[in-house]
Amino acid sequence: MVDAPTSRPEQNAADAFLQGGASLRNASGPYFGSYGGRWMPESLIAALDEVQDTFEKAKADPEFLAQLKDLNKNYSGRPSLLTEAKRFSEHAGGARIFLKREDLNHTGSHKINNVLGQALLAKRMGKTRVIAETGAGQHGVASATAAALLGLECVVYMGAEDCRRQALNVARMQLLGATVVPVTNGSQTLKDAINDALRDWVTNVENTHYLLGTAAGAHPFPAMVRFFHEVIGEEARAQILEQTGKLPDAVCACIGGGSNAIGLFHAFLDDSAVKIYGFEAGGDGVETGRHAAAISLGRPGVLHGARSYLMQDEDGQTVESHSISAGLDYPSVGPEHSYLADIGRVTYEPVTDTEAMDAFRLLCRTEGILPAIESAHALAGAIKVGQRLTEGKADPSEVSIIVNLSGRGDKDVETAAAWFDMLDEDGNVKGTTLSTRTPKGPAERSTEEQRSTEEQNR
Amino acid sequence: MSETTSKSAAAIDRAKAEGRAALIGYLPAGYPDVQASIDAGIALARNGADLIEIGIPYSDPVMDGPVIQAATTEAIANGFRVASVFDVVAGITAVTDAAVLVMTYWNPVMRMGVDEFSRRLAEAGGAGLITPDLIPDEAAEWFEASDKYGLDRVFLVAPSSTPERLEMTVKASRGFVYAVSIMGITGTRQAVSGSAEKLVADTHAAGAERVCVGLGVSTREHVREIAAYADGVIVGSALVAAVRDGGVDAVGKLTKDLSAGLHRETAQA
Repeated sequence: MVDAPTSRPEQNAADAFLQGGASLRNASGPYFGSYGGRWMPESLIAALDEVQDTFEKAKADPEFLAQLKDLNKNYSGRPSLLTEAKRFSEHAGGARIFLKREDLNHTGSHKINNVLGQALLAKRMGKTRVIAETGAGQHGVASATAAALLGLECVVYMGAEDCRRQALNVARMQLLGATVVPVTNGSQTLKDAINDALRDWVTNVENTHYLLGTAAGAHPFPAMVRFFHEVIGEEARAQILEQTGKLPDAVCACIGGGSNAIGLFHAFLDDSAVKIYGFEAGGDGVETGRHAAAISLGRPGVLHGARSYLMQDEDGQTVESHSISAGLDYPSVGPEHSYLADIGRVTYEPVTDTEAMDAFRLLCRTEGILPAIESAHALAGAIKVGQRLTEGKADPSEVSIIVNLSGRGDKDVETAAAWFDMLDEDGNVKGTTLSTRTPKGPAERSTEEQRSTEEQNR
Repeated sequence: MSETTSKSAAAIDRAKAEGRAALIGYLPAGYPDVQASIDAGIALARNGADLIEIGIPYSDPVMDGPVIQAATTEAIANGFRVASVFDVVAGITAVTDAAVLVMTYWNPVMRMGVDEFSRRLAEAGGAGLITPDLIPDEAAEWFEASDKYGLDRVFLVAPSSTPERLEMTVKASRGFVYAVSIMGITGTRQAVSGSAEKLVADTHAAGAERVCVGLGVSTREHVREIAAYADGVIVGSALVAAVRDGGVDAVGKLTKDLSAGLHRETAQA
């Protein structure tokens, strides 16, 4: 294993690399530069080998690819649209902003791409049960959906704090037949949900596939999850060529673990003229320490099976991340992103909660599209990128930018209503008796019941 | 370095010379505070533990069940710092003959620097490291540092390990090989899994001289059962629960009780 540089090398390292005729696409793992690998208990190595082997065979099997393509088209609704956001563009220096509409997929986010792929693999491996972690609930909902479709049992681990923030998604998962287990360890968010999912996996690996939801974790997950999301970038690249006749000047995505981002970026990695931006959750501002900007402010470490940038203290303890967006509230990042950051191919920048929420409202009001707060980070970043790239340009509309609108914002209505001071003390929308909160009683009771059952089973 | 200078191997061999398996007890450093964990470690050694595993409390202990999670979370909340583990090791080795290993998730070691961590562990009189989330495949730095400072490398094998991986892991290990009795996480269980005996046999067959069994071992009956076929028996959560419920005295009492199960009643393998 190559030792990692602790400081970022020249920004043109990737350019030199590409000009030498090399490709940054289809990196297979286990390592991306010095990142990635398998920092995992021996108990799980055989299962990881099985997943890898099954994935490699499936990738080369026309029948599997046809099955996946059919589901993508006739179940998820792919290809997703590429929508030009003309009124929104006025706020981005006049650059033409195009939205890759992953929010229009079945279940409302990009997550469905990966879960359909992995659930098919689970079937191929003869597994009868899938488990998943979820932050915002999008991956949990997608997993519950794929499990229902393919007849698999599904258990979703979700931080108790996230269950509170995303109660509606908890109900959605339960309606789809999944069991939701609120995780009360640690910071009660995504990282702790992953810890509990790993504990479940090591215990039940014989009949269970861990349907990891992001392009992180131990090999083969980063490369495999990317593979299932590559369709985002492939479609977007063809669509922008069709609509504008040229490649975009930049592509933008939000980064938590980084799956929607790597899916979009992959198609453009070798187009050295296309600038690529990843926007991390800056929370209250990176200077406050309350953020989730692992690449911007972390240093390499190992968590959940991969070596990558990690928010950690002097003792190597994971630092709790903070973001208004549950889906970005993760203290590390997929290893391929760490590598792309080091070689300078992708620029990673933090976007604060405030910037993201401003962009959230702007998109609602200029385009009639309610984005996920996660995706709003990419929108906020795109405004800055648009202003930068159009500076001094006689015709700013020559600049085109693709933003991955990774999910829809219905799940975030309560958070947004609270943020914009639209609620009274009782949580009702001001001037009405409409509560944005899910009704108390049955929903909370069933969650509590499942939790106590789960505890008994331990 | 040769096996003969391995502190863990020597401790296991001393037990073997007495016609019994070795008892290995786990306790987290800094639980409930640093001095109390030293006292508990000494009580372990004085009541029959041949080797002691001192765990480093870590923010994301994915191989641990509720008892150890609760203890290590409390230790961190009480201000535990990773460097204190060397004080705990030194505090126990200063007054007992037990071989003291540190059990740790890998990120804290990586953060301090593998060489620096190893140097300080050796200085404190530590025997080596048990690494639940580090497989030999990723351990290049640790091989170098453990050779340099004469530390034992205790890797884990599991019922799911393939013959190829068993052989590779046995070759990579020094001191002993840690066989996890069951697919799962730490915590007390009613019965010891039947997969443990086969795993120990397979690991011996793959060339391991010393194989110790852990995970879910909590009673004298479990110890007796495992001592019949393994070179050492590892107890964790039950001891941590004893610290929690009855402090140092309870640890001493439980250790004495467990150690009564070590003597092999039938001819050993």
